[in-house]
Amino acid sequence: MEPLSRFLAFLADAIVNIGEWIRGLLLGTGLAEPWVSLIMKAIGAVVVAFFPLMVVIFLIWAYRKVAARMQGRLGPNSSGTWAGPYGILHTFADAIKMLTKEDIRPQGIDLIPYNLAPILVVFAAIATWAVMPFGPKLIGTDLNIGIFYILAFSSAALVVFLMAGWSSNNKYATVGAFRAVAQLIGYEIPQLLAVLTVVMVTGSLRMQEIVDRQHIPLLFQLPVTAFIFFLASMAEVNARPFELLEAESELVCGYFIEYSGMKFGMFYLGEFMNSTAVAALFATLFLGGWRGPWVDQAPILGTVWFLLKMALMLLVWMTIQLTLPRLRIDQMLAFNWKFLVPLALANLCVIALVNKGIVEWFPGGVSAWTRAGILLMANVGIFLVTWGILTALERRERRHREAWQAAQVGEVEVSV
Amino acid sequence: MLEQFIFVGVLLVVALFFPVVLIGLAWLLRPKRPNPRKSEIYECGLQPHGENWVQFKAQYYIFALVFLVFDVEAVFLFPWALVYNWLPLYAVLEGVLFIALLAAALVYAWQKGALEWM
Repeated sequence: MEPLSRFLAFLADAIVNIGEWIRGLLLGTGLAEPWVSLIMKAIGAVVVAFFPLMVVIFLIWAYRKVAARMQGRLGPNSSGTWAGPYGILHTFADAIKMLTKEDIRPQGIDLIPYNLAPILVVFAAIATWAVMPFGPKLIGTDLNIGIFYILAFSSAALVVFLMAGWSSNNKYATVGAFRAVAQLIGYEIPQLLAVLTVVMVTGSLRMQEIVDRQHIPLLFQLPVTAFIFFLASMAEVNARPFELLEAESELVCGYFIEYSGMKFGMFYLGEFMNSTAVAALFATLFLGGWRGPWVDQAPILGTVWFLLKMALMLLVWMTIQLTLPRLRIDQMLAFNWKFLVPLALANLCVIALVNKGIVEWFPGGVSAWTRAGILLMANVGIFLVTWGILTALERRERRHREAWQAAQVGEVEVSV
Repeated sequence: MLEQFIFVGVLLVVALFFPVVLIGLAWLLRPKRPNPRKSEIYECGLQPHGENWVQFKAQYYIFALVFLVFDVEAVFLFPWALVYNWLPLYAVLEGVLFIALLAAALVYAWQKGALEWM
């Protein structure tokens, strides 16, 4: 039994143990310690950079499959040219196709930004993964400004879109890029404010500490914040109801219309990587990241929980993306500036006051459950007030519309 | 601290390396047969009409101004949120007052019609 239990102990924290084993091997060759740590960092960086790529390869397949099923089609499958069971090799075939496609360089483009944009979009998408906590000890690096770092890199995509759109010398691309600026800067604010609320309640910018302090997942303590964050990040990664920068039916493809071959592939990849990152971020901030049963005994399970939560968020993302129609650009901006931003501001103030109020009212301190209950009640309050205001506005709107319609009908009758 | 940023630096290099390698590989593999018809700007099959880089109405200009208010706000509020648990009640109230002032700015912009997409 001895080797078996040792093997199980190794397996319980497999990824960290493999890391330790490689470090031991490297130290064994007689390399100096700083070099070993640098090599370990490089290996870690390659693993972290390849993780989103692997997820995206699977995700593109899953997206096609789910989309097909929701539209009553079969989707990728193994009939015809063999593409593996359930067509799982479909994405690889796609990648090979893109590698061998001609790169059409349109006339009159601005060469440097045009060529730089597809590189930078993937660059920014991979960079956000540096501080994503995959498990109790499994994280690229636990920066003390973790969440701030992610926000910084996720808004870098904006510059890339503008670069791509403007340098393409195409009017559709320019309009797409202009919309991108208006949309992304707008939706960044509710996202920032939602993250601020999370930082306030957990008291840390470190990703691991944010996970550590979620004895109860924040989704159940701050549902309104989670809702705001979810909508804002859907818009940040241009998922369907907010996908105004691409809008196939009006702008053809938006900012990357003039790209072909692998450069187009880079934009495609970057978009899916960003969606994955947002799903992972939501899982970390609101669903408790790697927390779950039996994580203390077997830390590797933490990674499994993390992946499951991420997959759940991606499924929600796909469902919404595939069911809802696209909004109009003015509706979308109005939704942000006139609904999400005020709601996020009010939410931040209420949570700040309620959370401090708990400390002031109960000098002896309260249990995590009481605290969560009070916060949840505050959220229900915010929800009810918002609902009330929206209903009142809707009723007023309807009265105006009916009065206007009645007037119209009256006019017609008079003229007849 | 420095250790951590070394990792970020290494990751950024890998992240830059990765798309460059893929595009480079495509450059080796792909056919290269340009012709003037093919490299025309694609505007739904019509002949491109006029210059693209003209003075264009930046509709998001006012939005960007309002955005600046809130972005600077976030810079101020992140430290506040971070030490929130150690703050006395009046400091929290001050933070809320600050947010309320900014909300007033938003209401002003709204009333002035700055939040309409034209």
